[in-house]
Amino acid sequence: MTNNTWSTDRYDTVADAIAKLYVKALKDMPPDVRDALTKAEQRETVKMGRTVLSTIQQNIAVADQQNLLICQDTGTPVYFIEVGERSGVNPVQLERAIRHGTVQATVTHPLRSSVVSPITRINNQNNTGYRVPVIHWEFVPDRDDVQVVIVPKGSGSENMTYFRMLLPADGVQGIKRFVLDSVVGSGGNPCPPVIVGVGIGGSSDLCMLLAKKAIIRPCGQPNPSPEVAGLENELLEAINASGLGPMGLGGLTTALAVHVEYAATHISQNPVAVNIQCWAARRGRLTVKNDGDITIGF
Amino acid sequence: MTEHCVTTPLTDDVIMTFRAGDTVTITGHIFGLRDATLIRMFDQKAPIPADLSGSVCLHTAPGIKMVGNHYVKVSIGTTTSTRMNRFTMGLMEQGVKAIAGKGGLLEDSTQILAERHAVYLGLVGGTAASETMQIESIEEVWWPDLLPECLWKFRVRNFGPLIVGIDAYGTNLYLQNKSRAVERARTFCF
Ligand code: SF4
Repeated sequence: MTNNTWSTDRYDTVADAIAKLYVKALKDMPPDVRDALTKAEQRETVKMGRTVLSTIQQNIAVADQQNLLICQDTGTPVYFIEVGERSGVNPVQLERAIRHGTVQATVTHPLRSSVVSPITRINNQNNTGYRVPVIHWEFVPDRDDVQVVIVPKGSGSENMTYFRMLLPADGVQGIKRFVLDSVVGSGGNPCPPVIVGVGIGGSSDLCMLLAKKAIIRPCGQPNPSPEVAGLENELLEAINASGLGPMGLGGLTTALAVHVEYAATHISQNPVAVNIQCWAARRGRLTVKNDGDITIGF
Repeated sequence: MTEHCVTTPLTDDVIMTFRAGDTVTITGHIFGLRDATLIRMFDQKAPIPADLSGSVCLHTAPGIKMVGNHYVKVSIGTTTSTRMNRFTMGLMEQGVKAIAGKGGLLEDSTQILAERHAVYLGLVGGTAASETMQIESIEEVWWPDLLPECLWKFRVRNFGPLIVGIDAYGTNLYLQNKSRAVERARTFCF
């Protein structure tokens, strides 16, 4: 069994890779999202919906051809990190590398800095601030790699975030109602067609985190539990039956997918959280193998 | 659905030909502003440094780079307009003829636009790559301390298509469509 501790050099290499990853995520739509948008356009019958979806397709093509950002909102940089048990990484140094990479991308590309202090509204002009980038850690047994997923989380969709402590007596029925009302009530604000992230159970903080984690799953990939996958389908059907449509202007596709993540909860609780991801569902994945090999993907 | 190609500044006569659901393409100039810009204008009552009469004001905060002391576009798109709903009257008093953004405006703004013969033009949110190509240059920038929420003046060619989301006759496509969708959702049986 290897247990190579990361060398100092490797953190520098990872910082550079994070800078590349951030910019790439803002320019290159994940293939699963491209597919979902194409399918939505093909099945759209409402004229306004078709106009909106073809404008989106054209925009993705322009971004590809001209090497431009898909959307101007560089988002809040949110990172999900999976640390393999035998990866040999030092989390403090990795966190530092991620912060450096975020600043480097912002300053050298340059990118719009979208991050400010909530108290003074001062913008450091480097997309970082107190406790930002947002970094979530997960520790995975029996693996020797590290994976870093970046989600530059756009604010139009992030502002459409909902949480409620439902009652156990409200059941799954209450959860469905809450999700449907939240998504449809958001209208065109989160730039539909959206990916709906739903967190169920846990404590309030975990529930919200699960909703965010749900949106980083490849678009339309079902939850491994058949029961939960069934719930995802039911919610997707209900949301799309509303006819809210692309940009809230009417059409068949309001959501490209609904992703549910859940956790055990307290006997007297029934928490539900909704985090919406816009059609510009940008993400990038960095994999660092134990031997130092680095790959960039989605 | 009519397609309009117009040149700025916009007059009442032109505005009154726009009907909800039409599309508009703009050549000329548009101003860029958003939360912090509008707070400075109307809450802090700073003197407005540009003549906005007949103008199109786009809710935006561009990504830019400095080349010498010139502002050069990197990525220019739009942002959610409903956040800035309470500033509609202020903009109308400056003679603004079209507010552009995404997501629409609310009921009170719909009425104000009708009274003032002005419209709301909706972009497809997130389509900054296309919009950046349609913006020829950043001509002027005021309040650089607010970066990226300065007051911007862009020269544009065939900027659009923008959807007439709220016309000057009181039709608001966003609210109409949303209330239909909310009603359908309310009666949906799981
Ligand atoms: S909600 Fe998403 S697509 Fe829309 S403007 Fe914001 S980041 Fe872009």
